[in-house]
Amino acid sequence: MRSRQILTLTTAVAALAALALAPAAKGEATKPDPRKAQIARGAYLVKIMVCNDCHTPFKMGPKGPEPDMSRMLSGHPQDLVMPPPPKLGNGPWIASFAATNTAWAGPWGVSYTANLTPDPETGLGKWTADTFMQALRTGKHEGVGRPILPPMPYPWFAQATDEDLRAIFAYLQSIPPVKNKVPQPIEPPESE
Amino acid sequence: MRLRILLAFAALAVPLGLALRAEGAPAPPELLSQTALYDASGAIAPGNRPFQPQYPLWTDGAVKARWIRLPHGKKIDVSDVDLWRFPEGTKLWKEFSFGGRKVETRMLWKTGGDWVFASYVWDADQSDAHLAPPEGISGIVEIAPGKRHSIPSLADCAACHRSSPATVLGFNALQLSDDRDPLAPHGAPLKADDLTLRSLLDADVLEPARKELAIHPPRVRENDPVARAAIGYLSGNCGGCHNGTGPLARLGMNLLHGEAVEPTASEPARLTAVDVGGGFLVPGHGPETSRRVAPGAPERSALLYRMKSRRPSSQMPPLGTVVRDEEAVQLVQRWIEGMGRP
Repeated sequence: MRSRQILTLTTAVAALAALALAPAAKGEATKPDPRKAQIARGAYLVKIMVCNDCHTPFKMGPKGPEPDMSRMLSGHPQDLVMPPPPKLGNGPWIASFAATNTAWAGPWGVSYTANLTPDPETGLGKWTADTFMQALRTGKHEGVGRPILPPMPYPWFAQATDEDLRAIFAYLQSIPPVKNKVPQPIEPPESE
Repeated sequence: MRLRILLAFAALAVPLGLALRAEGAPAPPELLSQTALYDASGAIAPGNRPFQPQYPLWTDGAVKARWIRLPHGKKIDVSDVDLWRFPEGTKLWKEFSFGGRKVETRMLWKTGGDWVFASYVWDADQSDAHLAPPEGISGIVEIAPGKRHSIPSLADCAACHRSSPATVLGFNALQLSDDRDPLAPHGAPLKADDLTLRSLLDADVLEPARKELAIHPPRVRENDPVARAAIGYLSGNCGGCHNGTGPLARLGMNLLHGEAVEPTASEPARLTAVDVGGGFLVPGHGPETSRRVAPGAPERSALLYRMKSRRPSSQMPPLGTVVRDEEAVQLVQRWIEGMGRP
């Protein structure tokens, strides 16, 4: 008799607990994860702001040049040593770029697109969101250093909201790290 | 030249009015004469005390004058000897002159719990100065053939001053030490009324009253006079950004002298720059031979290469100067060469 009472009581407690938990569990299932939402927003922005066009090296595919997504957003490949850029003279053509679309030459010298993946040594792994925002707001490397060079269109990106810049950074920190040490820029000859 | 034009063109597209003041912080006055630097007669107001950092920041040969105003009865919190905390209401001014004419006066103002940055541009008749726009003024005056001085933007102010938790970069233990370095580039002799650590202690405005700063005045921990001056110069000119606590600490290069260590401790510059590879490679050298500071080999020393450069992609400091500091270059070169001798 006593064991039956205990069983009944236990069943009742379990049922109550189930009732109590059920709405919470249902609520949690539908509650959006703000971090996931931020990363998704960042992924969308990176896509439509064409970051991959320059920061993911192009390779030749069956339909022509296409981004090599195995090196997504890892910048100019360290193993691709570029020869000296062609001389264009003083005409209206002022710049040239590599087949990978990751190296550019012009009056500013030669610039290479940066590794935006979270690799700690060669990418943005040790950056903070504040540093990232300051770099894009000011057009300065690391937020305080040399100018970010053409063709990076930072003046336009500088006008993004804090929320969007933080979302972009959150996404970039979430993608696979790629170890790829991008060369430093090359300055033009002194005479220019 | 084409590069500078391109970069300047790009910078024009940056939105103006960068919000660098803390929300709710008061705006700086429109006129320098309204900042309490001067009294009614136009003289420096009583209570504003001059000072001269012993390792002054190079600004293309500008002649500088500096003053600080501490609110009456308030003290500087020096409980962290390397991170002075100033009382609410503190103001510091720095006046820049070229060719005997005042060009700008910059002000740091502690208010609302944070620092407000302001630059004032002197009128043609030198009677007063007006608040510069947030984006600064590019190329306001020629200071050498083909070289022009620019009024910094608020973003430029923040780039250096926010790179150190101290925010105030020229008013600290080493810079105000009474043990002055005779080889410090552009170091000016102290005037009678210049503030130093001793006079700050005498005035009882340091909390706690660190008497040891007067008994053992801070100095760069190097026996060789050239090394002392070179590392002191790097601390004063580069340590604002290249320190161990700011956003660039992740680079692992600390050029800032600190006092909160054992007296026998090596200077951070020696530990993190000498014979250490860095992200920037001296052109023509690979990671095997390029060093931040290559002992005995100036030609492989990235730090010296960047000090010499005044090209946008490589110059150091990256802003605030368009003419290289020849005296400092010679000093640092002697230091590097000296390390190669037995």
